[in-house]
Amino acid sequence: MSGIATAGQADEHFNLRLYIAGQTPKSLAAIANLQTLCREHLPGRHSIEIIDLREQPELAARDQVVAIPTLVRHLPPPLKRIIGNLANIEKVLVGLEINGVTT
Amino acid sequence: MFSSPKAAGEAIDKSPTGIAGLDQVTFGGLPAGRPTLVCGSAGCGKTLFAMTFLVNGAAQFGESGVFMSFEERTEDLATNVASLGYDVAGLVDAGKLMFDFVRVERSEIEESGEYDLEGLFVRLDHAIRSTGAKRVVLDTIEALFSGFGDSTILRAELRRLFAWLKARGVTAIITAERGEGQLTRHGIEEYVSDCVILLDNRVIDQITTRRLRVVKYRGSAHGTNEYPFLIDEGGISVLPVTSAGLDYAVSSEVVPTGVPDLDAMLGAGGFWRGSSVLVTGAPGSGKSTLSAHFLDAACKRGERAMAFVFEEAPAQIMRNMLSAGIDLRPHVDAGLLRFEAARPSLYGFEMHLTRMMRDVNDFDPQVVVLDPITSLRGDEVELQTTLLRMVDLLKARGTTAYFTSLTAGDGTITQSDSGMSSLMDSWLSLRDIEASGERNRGLYVLKARGMSHSNQIREYLITNSGVHLVDVYVGADGVLTGSARANQEAIEAAEAVSRAEEVDRRQRALARKRATIGRQIAELEADLGAEEAEIEALGRQADLREQVLVGDRSAMAARRGAAE
Repeated sequence: MSGIATAGQADEHFNLRLYIAGQTPKSLAAIANLQTLCREHLPGRHSIEIIDLREQPELAARDQVVAIPTLVRHLPPPLKRIIGNLANIEKVLVGLEINGVTT
Repeated sequence: MFSSPKAAGEAIDKSPTGIAGLDQVTFGGLPAGRPTLVCGSAGCGKTLFAMTFLVNGAAQFGESGVFMSFEERTEDLATNVASLGYDVAGLVDAGKLMFDFVRVERSEIEESGEYDLEGLFVRLDHAIRSTGAKRVVLDTIEALFSGFGDSTILRAELRRLFAWLKARGVTAIITAERGEGQLTRHGIEEYVSDCVILLDNRVIDQITTRRLRVVKYRGSAHGTNEYPFLIDEGGISVLPVTSAGLDYAVSSEVVPTGVPDLDAMLGAGGFWRGSSVLVTGAPGSGKSTLSAHFLDAACKRGERAMAFVFEEAPAQIMRNMLSAGIDLRPHVDAGLLRFEAARPSLYGFEMHLTRMMRDVNDFDPQVVVLDPITSLRGDEVELQTTLLRMVDLLKARGTTAYFTSLTAGDGTITQSDSGMSSLMDSWLSLRDIEASGERNRGLYVLKARGMSHSNQIREYLITNSGVHLVDVYVGADGVLTGSARANQEAIEAAEAVSRAEEVDRRQRALARKRATIGRQIAELEADLGAEEAEIEALGRQADLREQVLVGDRSAMAARRGAAE
């Protein structure tokens, strides 16, 4: 895990929710991209909840989900939303405010 | 009104909106099972329009609805429309309506890679399923354009959404902002093409008029004009404009004018029921008093009457009419008479007419008075066509309409009056007659379709027992009114007196003559009697002399006999 130096609170726990709708290619890609990202950048300090709106449609309104896939960062505050299949790792890291990312 | 709403070959199912007037314009409502686009600039009433469609669907037509809002929070929406008399909360509790506020905030969203709007579909699908909705509103879907950066994806998704809504068979209203050079700012009309309704809010001469137009309606006939519509405490109402079919039923019943002398001037003894009456007159000529008579008479017959007044407050009218011996208050208290007062400048005249038609539909009066129509301001041609609509709508209802119009004092007929004339069945003209330093009031029947009528100009007086007509003297010098008339009356009265005196004198002379002759007869008879008596006396003397003579002769004979 070299190349990563988390500034500030290195022990901050990331509570993430990923909303998908069925096993679509976009959803599967998003899940895979997220898992990779967390493994690399948030080892041991993240929890991921994957919600399939096909099965639980009533949960969509809770986090104001419109686009699919949507990644919601619940912790640490404030709430953040990232939409798309998370293919652009850079944008996700910026969006999740995972600091100190170096190459 | 409109002829058969479902013409032959009309294949489209309609979903009634329950908005007064709109269902007539669209011959039954919005296309059922298809999306309809409602566009207009800010403050046009798009949200209210959509909400009305849903609430009416749930409350009147047994169709549940889903309101997906992209702009206002659910609580705000419910509060906003509660002021218009919609019990949204009650319908939500009953499970007939469902709100979903979709908040899209650009600043909170980061985009990374491909996405679609499946979340929106899932939410909509969930809401439709859980309420069994037949009606869906998306308000204002264009808000999505500010929320997502990739408009290519967005457009593709919107196309998919409308196709999906159509496949679901729900009747949907999608609202959108008015754009420059096109109907909507983001060209939504490309995707929703079954029915497009445009709402407009125009300010002319500081007066706002809301208008509605059905831009297109695929597969159905529709009214193509711009129709004024109204948003007030009664919700939305649209005034259908071109309902001017000349096929209304006519009545041969007569509505008295409330002034018996005036009834006598009209061949039928009043106006025909369902006809329209115009009363023109100068300021202070008694137009309002005549209309008060008309209202009073209607209420006394037990009919409902409605008066739209633009110049005075109802309380002031009632007080003023008391001085003419007309007490309208009991009719108001009994619910037979309703005043609707509004300043002319409050709305545009089309708005006034929309409001009036709604009130007329509510109250269902047999007679309606508009006092005065000249207060309604606007373009001459527009005013005339709009009044034509009003006249037609009232005629279609069989309501007798009584319009007053202010004219110049000299009784000249202005252009607008002659324009109005063709709409009116009867026309009473009140005019000032100025002579000998006085202003007096004259009335005549200018026209009365379908009945003979007096050709006289009649002077009338407004007394403390109402309007009374008096005979007018027409001589070589023209019409005599007021004190000139009184003078003429005095002269005629004096002549009558002198004629009576002459007769009396002649009669007395005759009586005297008769007495004289009687006396002469008596004298002659007395003479005759005297003569008779004299002759009789003479006769008696003759007899006596005869007897004496006979006695003398016999005595002489006796004496002569003794001597022999």
